[in-house]
Amino acid sequence: MTATTQSEARPSSGTPPRPGRRAELSRWWNARSRPQQWGLLVPVAAIIYLLPVLNPPILTTEPATSFPIALFNAAVFALIAIGLNVVIGQAGLLDLGYVGFFAIGAYTAALLSSPDSELGVRFPWLVIVPIAMVVTMISGVILGTPTLRLRGDYLAIVTLGFGEIVRLLADNIDPLRGNRGFQDIARPGGTYSDGTPIFTQNDAQGFYWLAVTIVIIVLLFMGNLERSRVGRAWIAVREDEDAAELTGVPTYRFKIWAFAIGAAVGGLSGTLFAAQVGFVNNQRFDVTTSILYLAAVVLGGQGNKIGVVVGAFLVSYIPDRFQFEPEYRFLVFGLALIILMIFRPQGILGMRQHLLTYGRQAYQKLFGAGTGVAPTSLTPSSRPTGEPAEAVPDDRSGSRPQGGGE
Amino acid sequence: MTAPEEGLLEAVEQMAPEERAEHEAEVAEKVAADREISVSTGETLLAVQNLTVRFGGLTALDDVSFDVKRGEILGLIGPNGAGKTTCFNIVTGVYRPTEGDIRLEDQSLARMKRYKIIQAGVARTFQNIRLFGAMTALENVVVGTDARHRTSVPGALLRLPRHRREEREAVDKAMALLEFVGIADRAADKATSLPYGDQRRLEIARALATEPKLLCLDEPAAGFSAIEKDALSELILKIRDDGFTVVLVEHDMRVVLGVTDRLVVLDFGRKIADGVPDEVRRDPAVVSAYLGTAVEE
Amino acid sequence: MFLDRFWANTINGLSYGSIYALVALGYTLVYGVLQLINFAHSEIFVIGVFGVYFTFLALGFQPGQTPNVPLAGIIANLVLAGAVGMILAGVAAVILERVAYRPLRKRNAPRLAFLITAIGASFVIQQVFRITRGSNPEGTIRLLPPEPLFRIFGAPVTNLQVIIILAALALFVVADTFVNRTRLGRGVRAVAQDPATATLMGVNRERVIMITFLLGGLLAGAAALFYLMTIPQGAVFNGGFLLGIKAFAAAVLGGIGNLRGALLGGLILGIAENYGQSLFGGDWRDVVAFVLLVGVLMFRPTGILGESLGKARV
Repeated sequence: MTATTQSEARPSSGTPPRPGRRAELSRWWNARSRPQQWGLLVPVAAIIYLLPVLNPPILTTEPATSFPIALFNAAVFALIAIGLNVVIGQAGLLDLGYVGFFAIGAYTAALLSSPDSELGVRFPWLVIVPIAMVVTMISGVILGTPTLRLRGDYLAIVTLGFGEIVRLLADNIDPLRGNRGFQDIARPGGTYSDGTPIFTQNDAQGFYWLAVTIVIIVLLFMGNLERSRVGRAWIAVREDEDAAELTGVPTYRFKIWAFAIGAAVGGLSGTLFAAQVGFVNNQRFDVTTSILYLAAVVLGGQGNKIGVVVGAFLVSYIPDRFQFEPEYRFLVFGLALIILMIFRPQGILGMRQHLLTYGRQAYQKLFGAGTGVAPTSLTPSSRPTGEPAEAVPDDRSGSRPQGGGE
Repeated sequence: MTAPEEGLLEAVEQMAPEERAEHEAEVAEKVAADREISVSTGETLLAVQNLTVRFGGLTALDDVSFDVKRGEILGLIGPNGAGKTTCFNIVTGVYRPTEGDIRLEDQSLARMKRYKIIQAGVARTFQNIRLFGAMTALENVVVGTDARHRTSVPGALLRLPRHRREEREAVDKAMALLEFVGIADRAADKATSLPYGDQRRLEIARALATEPKLLCLDEPAAGFSAIEKDALSELILKIRDDGFTVVLVEHDMRVVLGVTDRLVVLDFGRKIADGVPDEVRRDPAVVSAYLGTAVEE
Repeated sequence: MFLDRFWANTINGLSYGSIYALVALGYTLVYGVLQLINFAHSEIFVIGVFGVYFTFLALGFQPGQTPNVPLAGIIANLVLAGAVGMILAGVAAVILERVAYRPLRKRNAPRLAFLITAIGASFVIQQVFRITRGSNPEGTIRLLPPEPLFRIFGAPVTNLQVIIILAALALFVVADTFVNRTRLGRGVRAVAQDPATATLMGVNRERVIMITFLLGGLLAGAAALFYLMTIPQGAVFNGGFLLGIKAFAAAVLGGIGNLRGALLGGLILGIAENYGQSLFGGDWRDVVAFVLLVGVLMFRPTGILGESLGKARV
C-alpha cells in the first residue's frame, strides 16, 4: 500500500481552506529524502547568492537604487523578520517595539567602534557582533520580565512604548549624540584577491553575501529550535497558554526566551546594518518602522520562517523596485495588513511548522516510507468516528499488574 | 521491527492475534510511567486536607477531605455545581485554596507553580477539550512528554546529544501513547481536524505523556455515544492497569460505576459520602442529593 | 522650582488630563464591550483634529492671526468646529469598526488579528494625512488667547483651562449618564457583561457595538477641539501616536472598561506628566507616561478603580 494513492483529505477534517496545490507541493516536498531536498535547495541558494552579479534586468532596482544595496537591505529585513517571527509568529506575542532591539544593536556597534564614541574603543566587527547580541538579549529579558506577565494586548502597547523610549533615549542622552550620530563604524575585514576590500559602503555585494549567509545560518538554528521542546512550547503558548501551563510547559520562561532570542536576532541585524551604512543616528528607528516589520511577518505568514523571509523581501524590495515614495510604502503595507487579516490571515505561506526533530521518521514508521505525510494532515485509512482502531478485546489481561509504575 | 516500506499501522492490521497481544503489551510497557513513587500500591498518593475554597462570598468547596490511593480509580461525583471541577482546578493549581492543603506524596501542591505541579506528577484533561489546534496529534502528545525533558534552549539550538536522545524517546513514547489510546492512524492530523471522540482520547494521551503519578479526567465521556462510553471505560481500566492512578469526574453513572474502585460524593461544596460504589449508591444522603434519579443505572 | 510651580503644574495637568480622559473614554468603552484595544482610536482623534482645523480654515481663520471677532462669535465658532470634529471622528470610528473589525468578528478571528488590522488601519489613516498634508505640523490657530481669570494658591488659572476642564467634565457626565441611565446604555452594559445572554435578551449586539464606537469617536472629536485650543503643536499626521498611548495609559491606570476610571486616570496622568516635566525637564515628559503605564500594569493590572464596564454602578 502506498498512502499517497488514497490520501485525499477526509470530509470530517478541518483542513485549511483549499488544501489543493500548496498541500500537493508540500506533500511532494516532504516525500523527498533529505539528500534530494538538499539537491534542490543548493541551486536555489546559489542563484540567491549570484543575484547581485547577474543583476537581471527584470529584477534590478537600478538606476534609482544600487541593486546590491537593495538586496542587502532586503536580506537585513529578512533577518529582522525571522527574529520578530519568533516572538509574533511562534510565541504569539505582539511586539511592536522590535525596532528598539535593532536600534540597540546598531548603537552598540557604534559605541564600540566609532571614533565619535566616548568609550574610545575601536573593536573589530566580529567582536562587536556577539557583544551586541548579548546586550540586546539582556534588554529583551529586561523588557520581558515585567511585561510578559501581562495579557497579550497590553503587551502590544507596552512594547510600542518601549520602542519609543529607546528613540527618546537616543535623542536625549548626550553620549548617544542624537542627530549628529556616529561615523566610521567598524566593518568586517577581508579583501578580494586583488586587494580591494570586500566590505565597503559603496559596494554592498560583499555585505549582501554576508547577510544571506547569516540569514541561512539563523534559519538553520531557528529550525533546530522549532523542532524541539522550545518551539513546541512557543506554539503551545500561542495556541492556548493555560492548557500549555497545565501540560507542564513553563510558559513564562519560554516567553522570555522568545523575547530574548528575538531580541538577539534584532541586535544582530542592527550591527549588520550599522556596519554597511557606517553611520548611526537617531533618525532611523521610528516606531513606524516596527509596523513595517510586522507587515513583513504577517504578509509572509506568521509562524512560517521561510514565509516571513519572503514577506520581508517583498516589503523591502517592492518599494525599491517600483520606486515608491516612502509615504506610499507605509500606506500600501498598512492596507496590506488590513486586507490580509481579513481575507488571508495565514499570509502568503501558511502557518504550518514542523515541531519534531524526528517527525519525518515517526510518520514514515507509522504510515510507511515515501508517503510524505506530515503537515497537511493527509493520512491513510478512515474509520467511523469513535470506534477504536485496533480491536482491544484482551487488552487488559496482557498488560501489567496494578501499580507497576516503578 | 517493521519493514520500512510498509507502515506500522498496516503491519499491526496484519498481525496474528498472539502477535498482536504481544505488540500491545509492548506498547503498554512503553506507555507506563518511568518514575519513582514513594508510596506503594493501596497507600495514600494524594491527600486533600480540609480544603476550603471561596470566590468572593461564594463557598465553592467547604472543608473537603479525601484521599486518593495509589493504583485506584477514584470517582468524584455530585450534582452540577457540587465543586468537582473546582477540586481539579485546585489540585492542578488553576485556583488556590482559601484554606486547607493538597499533598501529593509528601509535597504540598497548594502554592506550587502550575507547570511544576504537572512536572511533580499530576496531569489532567479538560471538560471542554483544549488541544493545541495548530499541532498534529503526535506533536500534541510530544508537548506532554516535554514536561519531563531537561533540554535547555542552547541544547536545542545546537542539537546536543541530550536533545537528540530526548527527541527520539519522546516521539517513540508519543507514538506508543497514540496506539495505546487507539488513535495512531491520526498521528499526522491536525488536532482540530480529529473527530470529537478522538480529540478526547488525544487529550488523555497528552496527559499520560507527562508520566503522571495521578491522572485527573474531567468528564471524559461528555458527549459520547453508548458505544464510545464503553470503549472509554475500557481505556480507563487499561490506563489503571498500566500503573496509573486515576481520579475521574463524570456524570454518566454507567461509566462511573463500571470503572471506579471508590467514590467521593460532593454536594454544594461539601463531601457527603466516601466509599465503595455499592455502599455509596445506597447512602440516603447521596440518594437525596441526586433526588433518586441518576444513581440508577 | 518644583514646589514653586506646584499649583501651576497641577492646574495645567488637569487641563491636559481632561483631554487624555476624553480620549481614554473611547478606549475604555470599546474595551468594555469587545475586550479589544482599539489601536486606531488615536487616529480617530487625529481625524477630529483635522476636522476642527479645516473648519477653522473654512470659517476664515488663518494660522498666526488673532481673530477680530466678539467673544460670542468666537464661542459660536468653537462650538461649530467642535461639532464638526466630533461628527467626523464619530463617523470615522463607525466606519473603522465596519471595515476593520466586523469582518474579523464574523469570522471569530483570534485577538491578535484584531490588533493587527487596527494597527494597519491606524497606519493607513496616518499616511493619508501625511500624503495629503505633508509631514510638518499645520500652523496653530488660536481663536481664544489664554488670559488669566483668577488665581489658586497664587497660580494663575486661564480661561482656556477653565473651559476645557469644565467642558470635559460635562461631556464625561453626559457619557456616564448615557451608559448608566438610558436604555441604549443599558444595552451597552449588558453586552459588556455577558454578550451571549444580552443577545438572548434581545439586545442587538451589532448596534451596541456601533454606538460604542460612535460615542468613543464623538468624545475623541471633542478632545480634538480642546487639543487645538491649548496644545502648542498644530495638527499633524502622527499627532495621535503619543496622545493615544497616553490616553490608553490613562484608561489602564483608572481600570480599563471603567468610565470613571478613565476620567480619573486621565487627570492623574496629566498631572503626573506635568510634575515629571517640572522635575526632570521637558525631554522626559513623555517617558513619565510610559513608566506610569508599565508600573500600573505590573503592580495593579486592573487599575485604580478596577475593570468592567458591565459592573459600573447604576
